[in-house]
Parts: sequence; C-alpha cells; structure tokens
Amino acid sequence: MATKVVMAQLSPTMEEGKLLEWKVAEGDRVEPSDLLAEIETDKANMDIEALGGGVVLKILVQAGETVPVGALIGIIGEEGEDVSALMAEAEVAAAGTPASAPAEEPPAQEVVVPPAPPGPPPEAEPAVPPAAPPASPLDASPAPTAPEPPAGAELPHSYVGESSVTGRVKASPVARRMADEAGLRVSDIPGSGPGGRVVKRDVEVAIALGVASPAAQPAPAAVPAPGIPSVAAGAPRLVDETLEPSQMRKAIARRLVTSIGPVPHFFLTTEIDMGRVLELRGAMNARLDSGKIGVNDVLVKVAAQALARHPEINASWQGDTIQRHGSVDVGIAVAIEDGLITPVLRSADRKGLLQISAEAAELVDRAREKRLLPEEYQGATFSVSNLGMFDIDEFTAIINPPEAAILAIGSTVEKPAVVDGEIQIRQRMRVTMSCDHRVIDGATGARFLQTFTAMLENPLELVL
Amino acid sequence: MAVITYREALNKALREEMLRDDRVFVMGEEVGEYDGAYKVTKGLLDEFGEMRVRDTPIAENGFAGLGVGAAMAGLRPVVEFMTWNFALLAYDAIVNSAAKIRHMSGGQFTVPIVFRGPGGSALQLAAQHSQSPDPWYANIPGLKVCAPATPADALGLLKTAIRDDDPVVFIEGELLYNVKGEVPEGEHLVPIGAADVKRTGPDVTIVTHSKMVHVAMQAAEKLAAEHEVEAEVVDLRSLRPLDLDTYVASVRKTNRAVVLEEGWPVAGIGAQVVDDIQREAFDDLDAPIARVSGLDVPMHYARALEKLIVPDADAVVNAVRHVCYLD
Amino acid sequence: MAKTEDDIMQANLQGIPRDRLLGMLRWMVLSRRFEEKTAEAYQMGKIGGFCHLYIGQEAVAVGAITALREDDYVFTAYRDHAQALVRGVSSEAVMAELYGRIDGASRGAGGSMHIFDRQSNFMGGHGIVGTHLPLAAGVGYAIKYRGGDQIVLCFFGDSVVNGGPFHEAFNMVAKWELPVVYVVENNSYGMGTDIDRVSAVDDLFMRACAYEGKKAEQVDGMDVLAVHDAVERAARRARETSRPTFIEARTYRYLGHSMSDPAHGTYRSREEVQAERENDPINSLVDRMEEAGLLTEEEYRAMDQKVIAEVERAAEAAEASPVPGRDELYAHVYSDEFRGGLDRRDAWR
Repeated sequence: MATKVVMAQLSPTMEEGKLLEWKVAEGDRVEPSDLLAEIETDKANMDIEALGGGVVLKILVQAGETVPVGALIGIIGEEGEDVSALMAEAEVAAAGTPASAPAEEPPAQEVVVPPAPPGPPPEAEPAVPPAAPPASPLDASPAPTAPEPPAGAELPHSYVGESSVTGRVKASPVARRMADEAGLRVSDIPGSGPGGRVVKRDVEVAIALGVASPAAQPAPAAVPAPGIPSVAAGAPRLVDETLEPSQMRKAIARRLVTSIGPVPHFFLTTEIDMGRVLELRGAMNARLDSGKIGVNDVLVKVAAQALARHPEINASWQGDTIQRHGSVDVGIAVAIEDGLITPVLRSADRKGLLQISAEAAELVDRAREKRLLPEEYQGATFSVSNLGMFDIDEFTAIINPPEAAILAIGSTVEKPAVVDGEIQIRQRMRVTMSCDHRVIDGATGARFLQTFTAMLENPLELVL
Repeated sequence: MAVITYREALNKALREEMLRDDRVFVMGEEVGEYDGAYKVTKGLLDEFGEMRVRDTPIAENGFAGLGVGAAMAGLRPVVEFMTWNFALLAYDAIVNSAAKIRHMSGGQFTVPIVFRGPGGSALQLAAQHSQSPDPWYANIPGLKVCAPATPADALGLLKTAIRDDDPVVFIEGELLYNVKGEVPEGEHLVPIGAADVKRTGPDVTIVTHSKMVHVAMQAAEKLAAEHEVEAEVVDLRSLRPLDLDTYVASVRKTNRAVVLEEGWPVAGIGAQVVDDIQREAFDDLDAPIARVSGLDVPMHYARALEKLIVPDADAVVNAVRHVCYLD
Repeated sequence: MAKTEDDIMQANLQGIPRDRLLGMLRWMVLSRRFEEKTAEAYQMGKIGGFCHLYIGQEAVAVGAITALREDDYVFTAYRDHAQALVRGVSSEAVMAELYGRIDGASRGAGGSMHIFDRQSNFMGGHGIVGTHLPLAAGVGYAIKYRGGDQIVLCFFGDSVVNGGPFHEAFNMVAKWELPVVYVVENNSYGMGTDIDRVSAVDDLFMRACAYEGKKAEQVDGMDVLAVHDAVERAARRARETSRPTFIEARTYRYLGHSMSDPAHGTYRSREEVQAERENDPINSLVDRMEEAGLLTEEEYRAMDQKVIAEVERAAEAAEASPVPGRDELYAHVYSDEFRGGLDRRDAWR
C-alpha cells in the first residue's frame, strides 16, 4: 500500500515549507528512516525521512517549490502500484497552492537526523489540515501547538487556514474590517484569540508596527524631501524592488508583532565598566590553546548568575499567573543570513564559562547553517542580544514572549569616566534591558541590573 | 438635586400626574387604605379620594380589564399589580385587549393605561414569586415596556408613561424600592424608548436594564480596578421599543458586548439585543457577544441556590474577560 | 288606518308606537338579510377567517340596542355584525370590514370579529370569550368617574357565565355601582356544546344573583319587544341610580357556531333547529303587527326588498373598496410614530 510523503510541520509556527533538495529520485528503493529530502522551514533547514520502506513512485514537488504544511510531496509504494487516486488528490490540492518558482539547482547537502511525522500522512484533500493555531501573543508557549501535522485528521474546510487552497483565516469581523481599511491581509497577522482567531488587538499591533502586506506595498515617495538631493553623486543607485520574505523573515514578522503590542515594555539602561572583565578574560584566554572565551560568553554567564539570584526576572506572564522558571535558559540572539535565531543555553547558571563558551560556539555555528533543532531554539527564559560587534553604542531589543526580559548589549568603548574622583579613560559598555511590565517593575529590573553590573565590575565573584 | 428612594420617586410621579391631569387614577390591590403593599401609593387615597385611588378585589384579570375599558372611554388608569407574578392572570386583558384594541379598531380607540408593579426576584420568595416578566411583554406589539433602574428614571419614565396615549407595562425592581438616588428638581420626564449610558468606557459594552444595571456597574468597577478594562454600561430603561441605536453605537465603539438580564436566557430580552447587534454591527464585532442571564430554571427557595441563579458581578466580569480575550 | 292604543295592546305590542315597531322590524330584517349575504360571500371566498352569523338571534340585539340613547356604549363579542348595524354602523362599513377593505369599520384590520365604531360608541367586537366584560365595567367606571348619565350595554354568550371574567366583572360593577347592563344571549350552545353539559346552573340569570340579586331577570330572547322592555327598564335604572342589571335573553341560533361549523349534527338535531325556526323573531313581530293592523304583507315585502337592495349595495361597495396598502401595516399599532422599527428587524418582504 502506498504511503504519502507530506510537508511535515517541523516548528510550532511553521505554516509552509520550501523543498530544498530531494535526496532520492523516482524509482529509488528506500528503507524506513532513510533520508528523503531536505526542506527549509521558517527557522531551519530540516530533513524528511521515510516512514516505511518501498520504492519512490512519485516526486510531486520539485526543489525550490514552497508548499503548505501537510501538502503531499511524494509517494512511496510498491513497484507498479496504482497511485492515480493519490495523484489526483495532490493535483486538486496543488491547483490553488501558491508555489514559488523553483530555485536554481541546489547543491547536494549533507543529511541531518529527521524528525519525520509519525502516523499516517494527512489526507491530501483540497484543503490542508490546519497548522497548529498560532500562539497567543500573551502566551507564546509552544505547548498548544502540535509538533507535527494533525495526521489524518478530518476537519471541515471551514477550519482550514488561509495558506491552504480553499482556506479562510479566523478573524473577528472588526479585525477583518480594520485590516481591510489598513490595507492588510488578516492572513498576515498572527491571531491571539481562541483557535488563533485574529482579533482587534492583533490588527492594532500589526498596524502600529507597520506589518507589510503584499497587498499594500506603500507607493514609493514620488517627491523627495526638500533640500535633499534626489540622487547623491556617486551613491549606489537604488531601485524599487519587492522582495518575497523568506520563511524565517515571515516567522520573525509574525512573532515579534505579538510582542511589543501586547507586552508592555519598559527599558532600563546602564553603563558598565568592563575593564576588569576584559583583563580577566585576557588572562584566561592566554592560558587556553583553543576555544577562546568571548565577551559574549562572559555576559551570558553573568546574566545567568544574576538571574539565579533574581528569580523574579526569570519568569513569564501566563495570562492570569506568573510562571517562575526552575532553570535559567538563556537565549543568545544570533544574526544569520536574512534573519536571526536564538539558540538556547540551558541551565546557564550552573555551567562554567568554558562549557558555556563551547556550547555557545557550537550552537551559533549550527544556527548560521540553519541546522538547529526546534528544541534548541525554543523555550528560553531570558535572552541576550549583542550588537556590540556592529559598533552600536546602545539599543533596545524587543522581548521574545513569553520571556519577561531581554538584555541589549552595546559595544565596549574607551571613554572618559570618573573613577575615585579622577577622570580616567575606561572600557565602558552600555546595556539596556527591556522588561515586561506585567512581570517586572522598574525597581525589580533595576536591582537585577545592579547585580549584573556588580558582577561584571567585580568579576572575581564569578570565580567565587 | 434631591436624594430620594426609588419608591418615593414612583410616589412622586403618581402624585404629580394626578395633580396635573384629573383623568389619572390608580387602582389595584391595597393601593388605598393600606397605602400600597410596597407603599408606592402611600398617601394618595387621603389626597385624592376613593374614585381616584381604588382598592380592588384580588381579581387581576377583572380590574386590569376594567382599566382597559376606562382607558377606552378616555380616562388614564394606572393599574398596580402587587407583583407582576399576579399579572399572569391579567395577561389576556393586557395582551389581547390593551395591546390590540387600537390596532384592530383601525386606530379609532386608544388605550392610555399604565400597568405597573414590581418584577424580578426578591429574597427567598421561591418560584411563583420570583421571575422576570420582561420578555413576555416586550414581545407584544401594541405595548410599550419600561424597566427603570434608578429613582430619577423611575420618576421620569412613570410620568411619561402616564402621559402616553398607549398602554405601558412598567416593571419595577422589587429590590430597588429602597435604592436612593438624585432626582432633578422640577418637572422631570424621560422619554420611552431611550436607553441611557450609565457609564462610559472604550473596551466593552454591557447592555442591561433594571436591577441588573447595578450589578453591571459593580462589575464595571471591578473590571476597572482589577483587570484594566473600562466598560460602558448601557441601561436600556425601555424594553419596548428597544433603543437599538444607542447600544449598537456603543458596540461600534467598543467592538465587544455582554448582554445581561435577570430573567431566563431562552428568548429573553438579551436574545433580541444580540440579534440587533449582530445585524447592525457585525463588522464591528471583535468577539461573539456573551450573554449573562438568570439560570434556566424556576427559582429555588434555598438561599444558596437562589444566589446561584441570579446573575452577579463576578459572572459579568467573567463574561467581559471572555469577550476581551482576557481569560 | 289609524289604530288605537288598544289595538296595539291587544296585539301584545306593549303600546309601542308603529314607527318604532317598524324601526325594530327593519333592523331585524336588515340583520337577517345582511347575514344571508355574508354567508353567500363567505362561501364565494370573499370573506375569510372566523365568521359567526346571527341569524335567529336578531330580537336580542335589536330589542336591546333600540332601548339605548345615542351616547350610550355598546360592547359585544365576536358575533357582532348585527349589533354593529343596529348601533348605526353602515352596512357598507360592516360589509367592507368583512371583506378586509380600507373602507371597513376597522379599516380591514379587525374583520368579522372586531368591528369597532368610535362615532356610535360601538366598543367592539371582542374575540376571546369573556374578555370584554371587565372592559364594559371600565367604561361604566369612567362614566361614574365623570358623573355622566350614559350607560353601557354589554352582550355576551352563554359560555361566559362559567368563566372568571364574568364573576370578576359582576363583582366590581355591583360593589362599585357602575351603570352597566349585561345581556347574556343564551342560545343554549357554547359552540358545539349544550350549556347543560358544562354549566352547574341551567338558568343563567341565577349566576348573577349573588351580585345583584333582585336585578337579574330572564326574558324571551326571541321576542324583540320583551328584550326591549327589559333593557329599557335596566337602562333607566342604570342611568338614574348607577346600578347594574343582568338580563338573560333565551334565544336560538339557526346556523352553526361559525361559518365553518355545521348547523346541526352531534350536538343538536335538525328537527330541533326546524322546530325553533317556527318561533322566528321576525315572523313573530310581523304576525303581531299584521294582526294589529299595523303592517300589510305588501308593506313588509317592500321593506324587505329595500333591505335586500341595501345589502346588495353594501356588498358591491365592499367589493369596490381598496385593499389596505402597506402603509396601513404599522399605522395603528401605536399613537405615535413606531420607534424601534419592525422593518429594521425583518427587511425581507
């Protein structure tokens, strides 16, 4: 009996996936757990493996195409088996699927362990089973989302997401109207209501943050501002262009707008003298042959230590309760091509600097290759974002819900500072913590920052 | 502004209108010598005499019908039911005569009568004496129906009802008689069919009437204090005609509605309000409209169960949080 | 042809002058011919709904209403065509009402059961058994309230005496001394049930004795003059002393309860109906007037022909009258503009 190969849901927020490369060709024989294909989700590149053995009878989606979660992408069965019925289903499904143009032939890539969907693949009805409901902006815990498509679930068409063929997005009437008036599509706005219903506050957030909608690309300003030459001599020539956001860019857009609107942010900034830490780091690195410790590793370590002393920061707003977390899991924002991802250093408060440094390096490397597993980038309790390497003095970061705070690190620069009544040139670093005011008050946040600062300025505490 | 009770406001309305128009007379069980079972008619017999303050036998269909006939002949009777529970015996007079005579006579006869008395539950009066008759009358074309929540509205609406040329069913709150409130000095009239926004707020509209207005106000204060939700409370005041323009406009602003009533849920006042909102403000809704009503059961005598049946502020808070996606 | 008072007395015409007798006769003939025309039109589908005919009972309405003053009030139940006519509502207005036309007494809103006429104080045409007895008491209350000397005449059927409104109204008019004359038209059958089968008391006037004992009486409802006499005395008493009276008029309806009911069958025999027809109120008065030399066969025939022509004209006028337009739909539900809008709640027609 033929089995279907479908676009698996590999992250809670994944709604569609791009087929990067087939690892098999039609006619190949495969065994269970053999690697079939590599796909790009909104967060990472992942593998799909065979559920059962057989011959690859059909490949229905070509490399470079993007299809919704649950879509049929291939068929495995016995040689000569009639798969016309399954094919027909797939055609119906494909009729409305907005597939992107195939990209150029991707180079062969190595294979990573696949979280393949268990159970029978979903029916490839015209409609695709819904992606798990988007997490509420007030509760972005991944718990309510299924890690795989609801296999075989038979759901009425009315429950199907808009990314599918006949689909509709659940949205309250006023949310639809407001989105219409703002030139937005409700399908571009993450819903925070029951079952992922897009409600008024979601649209307000989207409007406030200027969520771009393909339906409403603003026209380029026709009249340049007075006094500014329209084309600077020698400047690179700019062109109007419309870019299709990557899966990751879409996910970032969805996730972050669920933050700053519903989450009442406030910001605390302080300046820290880094002289002694840098000295200490230099001393340590001098003794290391490889795997040198970065400033960021120190910051993660110090933040984790401070969090352990301030459990009120290591917490989440849960709608009507506040969850304090039993472990300190620090997310490290990593800039990667076309986006960012936040690998998580688990129990960072209980790890030594060397271990943190090694783990962080490994995670960052794999993040840049888009090879993180979902559990490696989900569930942080606090995040650190460092733009110091870009010579940013200070900035504010947007909280990644349900975390209650994020620390934005600027560059460490030499500047005059008053030390013991004298002006000295010191290594100074400005940090800004964004706090969720539902969980953290000004004084609470400030006390945490005091601890953080004290630890950095007296790094021996780390040793003790 | 004088502060008087709801009971005093009704008495004041009766007295002022009896002084103003000698066609106005009151009748009902114990309205005269006894000064009224709830003392609403206190002092009127002494002032106006027996022909204008008539103690009746306990025969609701009889004296309600007599009132209808007197109204057909040009008087302006105010018929008191000791409570609306007893008016079920007069339902024929109210529905099949008072409400329809103008229509089925092709407009030749009008029936300017007021039927008034307390409705809703009181305290441990059990099933036959605790119910909200509101929808039974609001359903009837030909009637006008008022259900004021405050002394000022009780005063202004009763005066308007007495002056109205059509039959008015005037449902007072049995537990409101001692409620105090300011009433304007001088002539005070409240139009029939005009709702009143008792509290403004941008987040949710609570549509309600009579005793439940006070429950809604309590809930609104609680929502503001504990949940950062500012509710708008629309007091219907009249149940027929319903002032749909006011509550539809409010929901257009707030995008969310909770409809609260003391009576039973099925085919209740709230059912009509919900229909009006969904029809006229569908595109303004951010959530399905929630209803809070009395539970769908005859009233229990036992206090604990009675408290469960009548809506309270916590139920309203829960409903509001639900439509605001806060639960 | 001058006849003496004695002739009239001998013919049992109670000394009533000829012109008044002719008037009563004419009202009875009009009632009879009108109802016959109504039956015909109903069978042709020109009249719908419930339609209760009065044939056989004419003496009650005519004898009673002709004893009133113009400013008195009349209430009745749903068998109301004859009462309306005798009270002075035109044949055209009653027939147009039955046809459901705009020129009907109630502008086509009421139909057969709900004829109203403000001008003649004809207070309706009430469709629920017993419902109008308290209403009549209320008009009596209003008369007394204003210190007027009008009276209220209220007809109702025999079934009413077993229901609550009868007792509630009688108690109030007796206790408060209201000028109301109640006339029960006892035709022995409440729809298709012999009153004996459901009433604990056969002589219905006895029901009123608990309230106004001596002023309850029973009369021959097939004799227009007997009814007239009883109501005249009761009206005088009401006018002069503001006291109510209850009159039981024993009468008989020849047809079924309504147009959709049989004249005879399970509840009464054809023979019984035929026998009662021998006691016809119109023939009885005609015989007596002829005997007293107050009416000739030719005069009677000429009167009948004129009445038939009037009824035909009424039917033609009804036919020609416009059907009520949509503007009539809500026109008379309220005295002021209808707010709240039925139309807003149902815009699909």
